[in-house]
Amino acid sequence: MENILHDLLLSPAWHFTAARGVTLILIVMTIAGYSVLLERKASAWIQGRIGPNRTMHPLIGWIPFLGTFLQKGGFIQPAADGGKFLFKEDALPGHVRKAYYVLAPIVALAPALAVLVMLPFGEFFHEGKRYAVSLTQGADVGVLLMFAVSSLGVYGIALAGWSANSKFPFLGAVRGAAQLISYELAMGLSVLTVFLATSAPGVDQGLSLVAMVDAQKGAWNLLTQPVAALVFLICVFAETNRHPFDMPESETDLVGGFHTEYGAFKFGIFFVAEYSHMVIGSSLFILMFLGGWHVLPWLPTVGEGWVASLLGVASFFLKLCFFLFFFVWVRWTIPRFRYDQVMRIGWRVLLPVAVLNLLAYFAWYAFRG
Amino acid sequence: MAIKVVERRPLTLAERTYLPQILAGLKVTWDNMVRPPVTLQYPDERPAIPQNYRGVPTLVMDPNGREKCVSCQLCEFVCPPKAIRITPGEMSEDSANAHVEKAPKEFEINMLRCIYCGLCQEVCPEEAIWLQSQYSMTGLSREAMVNNKAKLYELGGTLPDNHHKWDKKKEEAERQAGGHH
Repeated sequence: MENILHDLLLSPAWHFTAARGVTLILIVMTIAGYSVLLERKASAWIQGRIGPNRTMHPLIGWIPFLGTFLQKGGFIQPAADGGKFLFKEDALPGHVRKAYYVLAPIVALAPALAVLVMLPFGEFFHEGKRYAVSLTQGADVGVLLMFAVSSLGVYGIALAGWSANSKFPFLGAVRGAAQLISYELAMGLSVLTVFLATSAPGVDQGLSLVAMVDAQKGAWNLLTQPVAALVFLICVFAETNRHPFDMPESETDLVGGFHTEYGAFKFGIFFVAEYSHMVIGSSLFILMFLGGWHVLPWLPTVGEGWVASLLGVASFFLKLCFFLFFFVWVRWTIPRFRYDQVMRIGWRVLLPVAVLNLLAYFAWYAFRG
Repeated sequence: MAIKVVERRPLTLAERTYLPQILAGLKVTWDNMVRPPVTLQYPDERPAIPQNYRGVPTLVMDPNGREKCVSCQLCEFVCPPKAIRITPGEMSEDSANAHVEKAPKEFEINMLRCIYCGLCQEVCPEEAIWLQSQYSMTGLSREAMVNNKAKLYELGGTLPDNHHKWDKKKEEAERQAGGHH
């Protein structure tokens, strides 16, 4: 078991690299698909409905209990949706700027996938050395690169809105770009306090996410730095364009927002990109504030065997599932902010709060010595 | 008229952060989520139809299986969208229902015209036409949407009444006929 894990995660041989790449794509597509299912199911429950419960594959449907369970749970629905996106006519409207129009979904999805490659979501031990469960080893460049790359996703939105050559997508793109840039600042500032807490003087890996998780073996950062966690959480919602910061889409006033002119699989790619960003945002929050792969505060996963590793990964994914659900839960709870409210919250509330929080921690560490 | 000035209290700091309200809202949506769904899964589950529902108009029989309609054509005349067409007819002497009232030879209700107003039921002196609980009429052609006599009786069924008017009428008619002979 250990050797298989080791080879899968660490081997530089090309077929293992390819396997990791394929795994990533499969995982991302699956998570995105089932996030859509979760979104539809959870919104149905919140609204007193049942949600998708009809889709079934004839080859699975006859299995007595499993078939019924899969059908009632809507578990085949993502496959049906994906198939629909894949086989629909891929229309290219006549009035768009074609090259950029085709490029935009790729630009939106690529940074998300690139960040997911770097994400550590567990740890395992091999021959006494510790490795992070991640798709790229040795790319422990820290959270800065992840922030940098994931914020490139805004170019996808801006490009889509501009190249669609139509006013609603353009408005959505402008709003989205302004919002993402505004909340990036507060997000970065709120993370600085976590850096302060993690990197004691003389420690060499202050920006590494693994080090941040290690620092939360006792109290999670959520408990020690609630203000930073709150600011970061709000910024994650804004960065992923989820309600109540749904500026780029704004279904009610901007038709479909930046992807109004998109259809078929290009629209599907925007969808996957949005859910990938949700996964990234939640993962970053989990890694920095919710103890990463530690099961509970003051109860880190113990031991060096692969059982402990699996337990850690499982606990990470449980937290991730909760966060994906939390996004949906919040969506059906709060209405969307107006554009001016979004700007006011970003610049006049979150940014000062983050700065003050940072100064307070500076002072705390300075006087404590 | 006295003017009452409503005092608008400025929002407190907690309210201006939105956070307590958001938490309260999350609780509201959570409570809604754990509540059982109200969805009726229509083709599988059917709604309970109240007794006084005005569904598809039907013709009914009496407990002895005789048709109650006497083809007086009042419903045909009263029908606002002219959905009903009755071909009146006599009953043959050898019929089991001979010596009672007349009966329609053909009775058609065009469900593409019917507006479910219930005037036919209201006007019927024999309580022979009833708007019952069927609410879903579908057909693949215009002809299929015209209910003929057989279909109307199939939909209508029997009206449980203990009056047995037809029996008395038949007995009376046969007694009188016997008296002549």
